[in-house]
Amino acid sequence: METLLRLLQQDCTMPRGELARLLALSPEELDRRIAELEQNGVIRGYQAIVDKERLDRNTVTALIEVRITPERGGGFDRIATRIAKFDQVTSCYLMSGGYDLMVVVEGGSLREVASFVTEKLSTLESVISTATHFRLKAYKVNGALLATEEPDQRLPVSP
Amino acid sequence: MDSKIAAHVRDIPRSGIRDFFEVVQSMRDVISLGIGEPDFVTPWHIREAALFSLEKGRTGYTSNLGHPRLREAIAGYVARNFHVSYDETSEILVSVGVSEALDIALRALLNPGDEVLYHEPCYVSYSPSVILAHGVPVAVPVHEKDGFRLDAEELEKRITPRSKALLLNFPTNPTGATMPRENLERIAEVCRRHDLVVLSDEIYAELTYDGAEHVSIASLPGMRERTVFLHGVSKAWAMTGFRIGYACAPKALIEAMMKIHQYAILCAPITAQDAAVEALENGGESMERMRGEYAVRRNFIAGALNDMGLPCPVPRGAFYVFPDIRSTGLDSREFSLRLLREKKVAVVPGPAFGSLGEGFVRCSYATGLEQIKIAMQRMSEFVRELKSGAV
Repeated sequence: METLLRLLQQDCTMPRGELARLLALSPEELDRRIAELEQNGVIRGYQAIVDKERLDRNTVTALIEVRITPERGGGFDRIATRIAKFDQVTSCYLMSGGYDLMVVVEGGSLREVASFVTEKLSTLESVISTATHFRLKAYKVNGALLATEEPDQRLPVSP
Repeated sequence: MDSKIAAHVRDIPRSGIRDFFEVVQSMRDVISLGIGEPDFVTPWHIREAALFSLEKGRTGYTSNLGHPRLREAIAGYVARNFHVSYDETSEILVSVGVSEALDIALRALLNPGDEVLYHEPCYVSYSPSVILAHGVPVAVPVHEKDGFRLDAEELEKRITPRSKALLLNFPTNPTGATMPRENLERIAEVCRRHDLVVLSDEIYAELTYDGAEHVSIASLPGMRERTVFLHGVSKAWAMTGFRIGYACAPKALIEAMMKIHQYAILCAPITAQDAAVEALENGGESMERMRGEYAVRRNFIAGALNDMGLPCPVPRGAFYVFPDIRSTGLDSREFSLRLLREKKVAVVPGPAFGSLGEGFVRCSYATGLEQIKIAMQRMSEFVRELKSGAV
């Protein structure tokens, strides 16, 4: 199961036939295992890893530290879920340490992200404070290094 | 100058691999399945340890036997994983790759004319190393039908009063063969009965699959005192260029090997020794990650070869498969050369690993999966064309 997940995380577009061969499984058994992982929620979806810096279009990503007052009864979950529902939010985590939520926001410009923070986020009643950090450059995303790798420098034949 | 070259050196034939290497090197855009080293770069935490060692200014010699810290790490690693204990002050020697350890062990053991048995097909250096140590190499054939395991009877048939040592290499380069405990016990029994020293090259020990248990012959009863356990960090941690191997053996033999090592080599490079400590002590996870990758490639390549009609049992060790190409009607060399010229895929002809490799080729899966997929596609076309008589 672990190897299957690893391979899917590396490349979920790999044809099922190839995947079955790599795992030495029958195609039916492979389909069954993948269906199981999907049904019990281990696999939550399949996405492309995009290096947005290569697009002409500007995108801005910010990591926002948010401090909130937990609610009686709901704790952090209700407010966190509320924040996570915004389309601009790509990830949202409850954190230990000096702040409570780490909210990752994407927008088309600095202004767009800033107005999201000032108008949507800071105005929520339970939000005490925010600190916004803009991302400057990505080196590794979801396990994929974004730099072009060096070519193989090994001798072409060796014992 | 030819006439001045020592006869025993002159008579060693050129390596079949070197021959082939030159042909491959002269061509472009070749996908090579002929590489006997990992495609991974040494894991970062190990490279970082090497950098740290340089930063600290550790650039001198170490003790001839190897840095005490590394010997301690080796003793711990071997005890944990191979269930044999060696004293790090007197029974372990750090060498420049297993090749050096094997060479000095042979030179320390052999009197001229002593015979050394080894299983063939095997790694290219065994027979020449024995000859260079003035010994006589005696090949024991191993067969595809036995999974290329060494058979105790075949071994015993070739033992003579001059037999001094047996050289083992499981998991095997080029066949990927592994040796289950009961088979190894039979070999150990023959060695004890005939008083043979065993040189056990276990460089691929970590790379076993499908739950195959790796057993070191040194761990079997009555064997520690007659075994030279040879290992290193090259394959498990993709550290071939660091050149760190080691030998573990009874004190008297390490002492004798040390005499040669101290005059010929002095010591293994200190930066590489420091990196090796990191590999042995903290490299478990990075090794597992690479092994997991090899395991799925192995499934793929063995499946693809069988599908194209080149019978290939799924080996349980190392990173090689050794398919049988006899059904194509070509010999190993012609098969490899034509595959190279017509489809730009390099494999190594079996006879490079001894005459008993005829009819086979070695394909390494220490190459990225994408490359392997293309190579298998091209190879499959090649075999189809051959069999349909299209070419």
